[in-house]
Amino acid sequence: MTLNVTDLAIARAGIPVLEGVNFTLEPGRALILRGPNGIGKTTLLRTLAGLQPPLSGSIQGAEDQVAYAAHSDGLKPTLTVTENLVFWASVFGTVDIEPALDAFDLKGLSDRHAGNLSAGQKRRLGLARMLVTGRPIWILDEPTVSLDRNAVDMFASAVRRHLETGGSALIATHIDLGLEGEVLDVGPNKAKPKPIDDFDGGFL
Amino acid sequence: MIALLLRDLKLSFRAGGGFGLGLAFFLIVTVLVPFSVGPQSALLSTIAPGVLWLGALLACLLSLDRLLALDWEDGSLDLLATAPLPLESVVTIKALAHWITTGLPLVLVAPVLGVLLNLPVPGFSWLVISLLIGTPALSVIGTFGAALTVGLKRGGLLLSLLVLPLYVPTLIFGAEVARRGATGMETSAPVLMLAGITAASVALLPFASAAVLRINLR
Amino acid sequence: MSIAAKANALWEYANPRKFLETSERVLPFFWITSGFCIVVGLVWGFFFTPDDYKQGSTVKIIYLHVPAALMAINCWLMMLATSLVWLVRRHHVSALAARAAAPIGIVMTLIALATGAIWGQPMWGTWWAWDPRLTSFLILFLFYLGYVALWEAIEDPDTAADLTAVLCLVGSVFALLSRYAVNFWNQGLHQGASVMRAGAITGTDTEEKVSNIYFYPLLLCIVGFVLLFVALVLYRTGTEIRARRIKALLARERARG
Repeated sequence: MTLNVTDLAIARAGIPVLEGVNFTLEPGRALILRGPNGIGKTTLLRTLAGLQPPLSGSIQGAEDQVAYAAHSDGLKPTLTVTENLVFWASVFGTVDIEPALDAFDLKGLSDRHAGNLSAGQKRRLGLARMLVTGRPIWILDEPTVSLDRNAVDMFASAVRRHLETGGSALIATHIDLGLEGEVLDVGPNKAKPKPIDDFDGGFL
Repeated sequence: MIALLLRDLKLSFRAGGGFGLGLAFFLIVTVLVPFSVGPQSALLSTIAPGVLWLGALLACLLSLDRLLALDWEDGSLDLLATAPLPLESVVTIKALAHWITTGLPLVLVAPVLGVLLNLPVPGFSWLVISLLIGTPALSVIGTFGAALTVGLKRGGLLLSLLVLPLYVPTLIFGAEVARRGATGMETSAPVLMLAGITAASVALLPFASAAVLRINLR
Repeated sequence: MSIAAKANALWEYANPRKFLETSERVLPFFWITSGFCIVVGLVWGFFFTPDDYKQGSTVKIIYLHVPAALMAINCWLMMLATSLVWLVRRHHVSALAARAAAPIGIVMTLIALATGAIWGQPMWGTWWAWDPRLTSFLILFLFYLGYVALWEAIEDPDTAADLTAVLCLVGSVFALLSRYAVNFWNQGLHQGASVMRAGAITGTDTEEKVSNIYFYPLLLCIVGFVLLFVALVLYRTGTEIRARRIKALLARERARG
């Protein structure tokens, strides 16, 4: 599944933030998304995940192919690690959660309530969720927050395995994951303010 | 879909899930009524059907602001919206889970509370029937309100302000069934109206709730 | 000119600037004619019509009560229409007009309720009765409150417009349902609709209806209230547009840093 983004413009709370975003994400490839804070990386990822409509431009190949990991992991503190994963697995129609537990070294924690995990362990569980979605295109928003060095390596190798099996990944991150992927810097795509006299439509 | 229902039920029964709070509230409201209107059994049995309906309605309202807000806060709603499940199903399941954990228990304890309020004997079956038919509408309408206010901090009060006017027809017909039943009058007309409201709400409102949720997730 | 071209011409007013220019041009007309109609209608009604043989002079509150009640309902219908236009065509002016109309609707509902209570006291011997019409208006008032509260609660203007539009649609259905439910629940004291009936206009109807003498000043008051409503909506929509523009300009300043 190739993800094709052409001339995409996006807005946050009605104000344009990025415009003219173009890229192609082929199977087996990773794309690292960079850009200063507040430029609209999260908005871009949410748009690609289908959570908000773009202002203009087109996104092809994303529908029902994307697994999205946001800042928050969507974990229920009163469910155990296994229960959390099994839930997401059945929502996405997959069954086997063992590989996901293995990949992020969660076996020993499987009966713990998610509420009792440390921040890093929660994050690992949130990322393990990506594996049970069975979706080819991973969209990850700052996946390594609160992960230690060891866990970052776990994550990087999980991504590598995903790419080897024909998946692709779009990752917004500030650290070096040691992945071979192109870098997409959205800094130059910052939306320019419209001229002040244009009073139509959006009141500007 | 079943997975989501089971998860919601499990969450509600686990610690801090809030199961039983609605029931306790219903009990307390019912107990407070005689303190406020006086202990005369004739008066109590006249107002019992209405008081029980109102109590059940308020107990339903009580748990609505947790219905979607918790999933919103921990990011589950974002993830559910990208899952293969359509949002219409998500809100329907959520409403069903709310009904099973709140509405159904209210229906079951209502007769017991009816005893406390001297509900006339023929009224018991009609009270249960009217609540059984009417509470699903309360859950579905409430889910719509919860979807409207999900993105707001401290949306609870606004939620009540939005949902209570929408509850008016259900309350009128529901309490009418119970009231007529208790006094031995013909009940078929309000029962049909109540069933109609529930059927139409269950069939149509999830689309509005899902649309509103999509807007809020944007 | 084809119909399509005319329809396009109508949508031109969805442009905020065009709307402001035009509304500023027509507003004085609406202010003056509505003032004229209401003043003449009220003076005529209050001082130059005989007292009712049954209700005495209390009947004259009808010149405020009926127009306000009509506008309270029409205002909601207008909000419903503009909400639909917003959802379908996404014209910001339409959403802002709905927002601008809601407080007017609240005031009209309150006037209808208050004048009704003042009328009801001598006629029925009570300020308030749970009569279907009175109850329906009270419920309508609650719907207005919820609608306005939702607008106020949401920061992002487009989200607020979307959510309130859906609430308006759903609320309309439930308001109508409540109307029937309330009718079913209590048959009531209120006299039947007294104005928009052929019998009332020709005077052939029963004594319950408004007769000719009262009808013409009442009609004038109703026309005055409609014009006043249009003027208020145009004026308030203009204010909302300017408020939005200020917001947009401030947001731009911030974005520039």
